Amino acid sequence: MSERVPFPEQVVATPEVVKRFGDLHPPFDRQAAVPEANRCLYCFDAPCTIACPTHIDVPSFIKKIASGNLSGSARTILDANILGASCSRACPVEVLCEGACVMHRYNKQPIQIARLQRFAMDALYESGAPLPFAPGPETGLSVALIGAGPASLACAAELRRRGIRADLYDARPLPGGLNTYGIAEYKLPLVESLREIEMLSQLGVEFHFETKVDAAGLAELEGTHDAVFLGIGLGAIHQLGVAGEELAGVTNALDLIAGYKSGALTTVPKRVVVVGAGNTAIDAAIASVRLGASEVHILYRRGQEQMSAFAFEYEHAKHEGVKFLWHVQPTGIRGDGIVKGLELTRVAATEDGSIVPEKDSAFVLEADLIVLSIGQSTHADFLSGSPSSGPSSTFGKIQLERGRIVIDRATGQTSQPKFFAGGDCTNGGREVVDAVADGKRAGIGIAGWLGVQHGKG
Amino acid sequence: MGSALGSESLDGWGCNMAKDRPTLTSTFCGIECMNPFWLASAPPTNCGEQIMRAFDAGWGGAVWKTIGEPITNVSSRYSSIDWEGRRMMGFNNIELISDRPIEVNLQEIAEVKRRYPKHVVIASLMVESKRESWHDIVQRAEDAGADGLELNFGCPHGMSERGMGSAVGQVPEYCEKITGWVKEKARTPVIVKLTPNISDIRVPARAAKRGGADALSAINTINSITGIDLDTFQPSPNVDGKSSHGGYCGPAVKPIALNMVQQIQADATSMLPLSGIGGIGNWRDAAEFILLGCSTVQVCTAAMHYGYRIVEDMQDGLLNWMAEKGFATIEDFRGLSLPNVREWKQLNLNYQIVARIHADLCIGCQLCYTACWDGAHQCIHLDRTSPAPDTTLTPGMVEAESARRISTTPIPKLDAGTSGRTNAITPLERIPRVDEHHCVGCNLCSLVCPVENCITMERIDKDLPFESWEERVAKGLITSGTGEVMSTNT
Repeated sequence: MSERVPFPEQVVATPEVVKRFGDLHPPFDRQAAVPEANRCLYCFDAPCTIACPTHIDVPSFIKKIASGNLSGSARTILDANILGASCSRACPVEVLCEGACVMHRYNKQPIQIARLQRFAMDALYESGAPLPFAPGPETGLSVALIGAGPASLACAAELRRRGIRADLYDARPLPGGLNTYGIAEYKLPLVESLREIEMLSQLGVEFHFETKVDAAGLAELEGTHDAVFLGIGLGAIHQLGVAGEELAGVTNALDLIAGYKSGALTTVPKRVVVVGAGNTAIDAAIASVRLGASEVHILYRRGQEQMSAFAFEYEHAKHEGVKFLWHVQPTGIRGDGIVKGLELTRVAATEDGSIVPEKDSAFVLEADLIVLSIGQSTHADFLSGSPSSGPSSTFGKIQLERGRIVIDRATGQTSQPKFFAGGDCTNGGREVVDAVADGKRAGIGIAGWLGVQHGKG
Repeated sequence: MGSALGSESLDGWGCNMAKDRPTLTSTFCGIECMNPFWLASAPPTNCGEQIMRAFDAGWGGAVWKTIGEPITNVSSRYSSIDWEGRRMMGFNNIELISDRPIEVNLQEIAEVKRRYPKHVVIASLMVESKRESWHDIVQRAEDAGADGLELNFGCPHGMSERGMGSAVGQVPEYCEKITGWVKEKARTPVIVKLTPNISDIRVPARAAKRGGADALSAINTINSITGIDLDTFQPSPNVDGKSSHGGYCGPAVKPIALNMVQQIQADATSMLPLSGIGGIGNWRDAAEFILLGCSTVQVCTAAMHYGYRIVEDMQDGLLNWMAEKGFATIEDFRGLSLPNVREWKQLNLNYQIVARIHADLCIGCQLCYTACWDGAHQCIHLDRTSPAPDTTLTPGMVEAESARRISTTPIPKLDAGTSGRTNAITPLERIPRVDEHHCVGCNLCSLVCPVENCITMERIDKDLPFESWEERVAKGLITSGTGEVMSTNT
């Protein structure tokens, strides 16, 4: 490796953010972890393992904590999920492993799998031990990975373990994508994501930062590599399409979250309104509270039952003092250079599911900051090809469906054999662990496909 | 509330019930006991001040920490086995007998008996194997007012290297001879405490009986090394980097103690009034020892772990259980289980049980499945959702099937119908099925099942009369002890 400064040392923590975004779920100490580990029944063909998109062998890593085999526990986790540390903090375990725990069925608390997983991963970092895997013998094959988010990282790890060169290209200056820039700091601090990627890079991953791959670039990479993995995520957050959206004080949830995580943003004004009621909206609303807002509203054009945020995220937001306005739709933004308020209309759902405004229900909600969180666009335009991609490129012919790249779920292969894909650009926007699972399957899929191509299948 | 009538009607027993409450009083080899709960000879009975506090807490008796020529102890004396987060499931010590002068112990016995005349104080004794030494210590202990004597023929560490403790208990002739010397002098009942560190506990028990013992107590601690430190490679308890085998006790040893108690009580040549010892920590344990014939029980580890206060539930729990079962006194149920312990050859070979999994209670952990496949007889299957019973599906095939599954995080807006999905009901495919035709009734699945009553072992009526191995041999159906093995090979 070159003389690169380790990723975690490239960032400076903002004391204010560190203070205000303490762990939502504090770590276990050994005397708490071991009894919790011993509570695990060690189910056969365990539902938690099945529920985990990366199929971490949960009972095995938990029993290793109980027996004091912490390095073995971390290895069991990493073997299935190279971003096991991030996932232990960022996963919505209530709907995954812990939600599947059989303990629910006889009035017992589910095993605290996430905290145990974090305990094992923290122990690995504290021990100073290297990543427990070595790269495979070099094959001379190489793969270009577009985007350095969780899907590409997981894919790259599988490739490196099989001796295939992995070149990662990312527009940002640091790796990790939304895992680094997009997860609430009280769940996964930015520096923790970087620490994990630093360890992963021991496999010999080549990073190319601040490199935005355009159509021509992609066509070139297709020519210089044996396969290409698309881990490009989703596009920009949608706009409302109302007057005043250009005013200062209108932002979107991902920029707000990336802003405070990277230290560019340390406070928000008093009155914040978040438009949209998904998990990202909740993260932005809670962040606003912690960044000093005295009144934070989330507003949504439908009712509570239709919100896409997980139930536990909704509860968390209420707990932090976020107020919810249901059945309202923005019609305009008021302001004079900077935002002053949001024009709203009450709406009602009709029987066919469409939304109609209620007569004479317009009102204005005063706001100093408006945060949009109404879904992300896709990269459909980019993928549909551009004139510059030239006749030799095949990526313009990749099959899409509603803007998502269509893949074979087991291998990650697209309709164009040399292109593989995974993560949000294929699944419509799910969790880190889903991206890791996609990337892992694709890495194995690519290696298998290349093996056949090069007579090693 | 103030009137007597009012308080009785509130006590939950009613006026008449209070009179019918069972009693814990009993007589043990002539010693009147207010209850059967004694503290064993050990650190909790080291001095008079402790024993008086123990009596205040409710203990009916105490066997004084063994009195003899004062010894010097090492520093670092105890070690233990923790089990899955619970502390001291097994306990070990290398402490010797009392390190206090004989005269101090005897003065305190006198003081305790003066203040607590109705409580039982037993003097545990250990001196060198000389007739006059034993005569002397017996005389002095009885003069101090001890209600009885317990001869420590069981201490397995340290003292045994000096020809005392288990060095006596392990040699029946010594055991008989010293018991005889003590009986020449003793005016109070003599209890011989037996060591379990011997192949057949009945041999020293018979020797003690021949020597004239009035009662026995069993078991003393079991030789043990509790563990080795994996960083220092040194055993514990660590005395300057070294250790020595100690005496094991605590909850872990109870099954061993129960077996030895049963052996003594089922053998006419060893049977004597017995004080049960070994892993007793609550009233349930005590009831089990009494059901196997013990008249009193002795407790050490549980009191060392939680303090004297544990005796409150021991009394309360045993009384409540006795009332529920209709027993008025300890004697009413003492030894009731002895006829139920038989030799294997006397068990009914025609008794057949099979496992039944109650699907409504099953949580789908599948521990019974893996236990039956790997640890028993491969007759539990995961085929409830198969079109037909499938006994060919191996655990490896089940796991491989799951590994191939693609799971994703359910996102409400992407996956309609996933919000509010419940995990409260066990899916049918996770509820194992017992192949009753092949089930041998070994109990393993019901033992590993974490849910009470989810797997029950149920009798299959085969319409066959009782028949034991012993009877089969007598009928000439089997020619010798190894006949069945031989016949399967021919």
